[in-house]
Amino acid sequence: MKLLKLLAATTAVAAMLASPAFAQTRIALVVKSLGNGFFDAANKGAQEAAKELGDVEVIYTGPTTATAEAQIEVVNSLIAQQVDAIAISANDPDALVPVLKRAMDRGIKVISWDSGVAPEGRMLHLNPSDVNLIGETIVKLAADYLPEGGDVAILSAASTATNQNAWIEAAKKVIPEKYPNINLVATVYGDDDSVKSTEEARGLISAYPDLKAIIAPTTVGVVAAAQVVTDQDLIGKINVTGLALPSEFKQFIDNGASQAVALWNPIDLGYSAVYLANALVDGEEAKPGATFSIGKVGEVTLDDTNSAAMAAPFQFDKSNIEEFSKIY
Amino acid sequence: MTETSLHRRLPDRLDNPLKSGLLSWEMLLVLVAVAIFVANSFASPYFLNAWSLSDLTFNFTEKALIALAMALLIIAGEIDLSVASIIALASTLMGLALQFGADTPVLVAIGVGVGIACGAFNGFLVTGLKLPSIVVTIGTMSLFRGIAFIILGDQSYKGYPASFAWFGQGYVWWVISFELVLFAIFAVIYWVLLHRTNFGRRVFAIGNNPVAAQFSGVRVDRIKFVLFCLTGLMSGVAAVLLTARLGSTRPSIAQGFELDAITMVVLGGVSILGGAGSILGVVLAALIIGLVTFGLGLLNVPGIVMSIFTGALLIVVIALPILWTMMRERRA
Repeated sequence: MKLLKLLAATTAVAAMLASPAFAQTRIALVVKSLGNGFFDAANKGAQEAAKELGDVEVIYTGPTTATAEAQIEVVNSLIAQQVDAIAISANDPDALVPVLKRAMDRGIKVISWDSGVAPEGRMLHLNPSDVNLIGETIVKLAADYLPEGGDVAILSAASTATNQNAWIEAAKKVIPEKYPNINLVATVYGDDDSVKSTEEARGLISAYPDLKAIIAPTTVGVVAAAQVVTDQDLIGKINVTGLALPSEFKQFIDNGASQAVALWNPIDLGYSAVYLANALVDGEEAKPGATFSIGKVGEVTLDDTNSAAMAAPFQFDKSNIEEFSKIY
Repeated sequence: MTETSLHRRLPDRLDNPLKSGLLSWEMLLVLVAVAIFVANSFASPYFLNAWSLSDLTFNFTEKALIALAMALLIIAGEIDLSVASIIALASTLMGLALQFGADTPVLVAIGVGVGIACGAFNGFLVTGLKLPSIVVTIGTMSLFRGIAFIILGDQSYKGYPASFAWFGQGYVWWVISFELVLFAIFAVIYWVLLHRTNFGRRVFAIGNNPVAAQFSGVRVDRIKFVLFCLTGLMSGVAAVLLTARLGSTRPSIAQGFELDAITMVVLGGVSILGGAGSILGVVLAALIIGLVTFGLGLLNVPGIVMSIFTGALLIVVIALPILWTMMRERRA
């Protein structure tokens, strides 16, 4: 009897906490796992979008462990709740497909964001950025603080890293077009290993005495390079930049080893995902070439695989690093 | 006064069947299940819907299939922690066979066959080399999944044929899924095996006292070996269903399933020390866990709160009868 009462009481409390509001568009923001700062930030953006759109309720949910099986259980319960749309950052691009197909069969709009699912399991996918935007941003980050131009070098991850190679390729393409006074002297590979990256950064500094900036499009390399610049008292002479996690990198913005770095902005990502999901619920069709508005972030156009790139990586400098270092 | 103490009444049987039935563990589980069902119906307007209830069963059938065989193993005083890794290896080898053009019957045979082989390997290490089962299966837990990782790395196999996908996604009739039907069939088979055959009596005997069982002519090692093979077999079956449901294979598949299966067995009233338990209890426990997680999921309760709830449920359901007997003894 005690147990019955306990159960009744707990469910009643839970019911009050989660009392569904009807006559609203309900969009589920499904993340890889709860308790992750990156996704909490995405939820912040999603709630913001819901407020702007009016009549939208965002259900922020996800499993405790980042597994495909646990995420499927979450999606199953969302299907049963007959939500209007599911926006998911998937733990597995393939394993989620059958359950998401079932969701679509029952009239639920499905999009993926951040970590995508195979095209047959979603209507569209939102990438945080794309190769060309990233390539351009990493050069711009260095060039912005070098008005007279000068020598720069790239410290990458492994020489076989597909992502980094594509970004560097794009960066090399953009230099002669937009930043002709930037002189890329070398590209070295630190293998995303702190020790190797440190050695490679030291090597660059001794081999190129006129080096003005090190661009590291990897979160490991950028920290190693900034540490070397700090240790060798080169702050102000060499500017370290690239793609960095604000929480890991804050100290180097603070001490001046770096003027600015960039990375995807999870708040904007959650915000845009809700805008896209809401557009589909409102009857807009996801097909190659279609353009969607994503509120204050701008607009996106779908490519051949119905994927879209949100924006260039978001810049972190002295003005905002404090705020974002608390998020991720 | 002396007269009453001298006068003892001997009952014909120790407990009347109606009373023992009403006070049994299974009855408690039925009550809990009904309570959760009712609570769910009130808490969420989406719960009482044929498709919702059907979706609910997918959350536990694969784990419950393993729990059926695991119950027998635990009743016999052994345990198998490698079941989830057996799923990973069986699924990986099915995926590998798919690359060489295997069709559905071959895939199923491989999944089930690998399961039995892994179970037999565990059984051999435990009965042949006389190693403790907890140590052996912690080892094979890493071993089986390790092999899957070597074969697959961070890749995945996909492109299973539609006839294969039916095992994990198909419906036999209306909302009744193939997985659920299979679970019902296996539940009956295991009920008969444990409660209505000599084999089942011997499993209980081994769990209560393996030495006495041995001296009574029970071939303890052979039965334990068979039980490990059965657990492997059920893991293989679960591998087929799960792979078909996911439509793909990754070496990280079914992570953590072993603890969920063991939770079902323990909640079902099987003594973790061996010697006692029933299949009906395990089936009810599987249903309860499915109802609780799905019900909380409908309310979008975060997963961590859900695990706290399941944990608390496990402790409460197990502690309640013990507390009750303690209180009765104090009163007497």
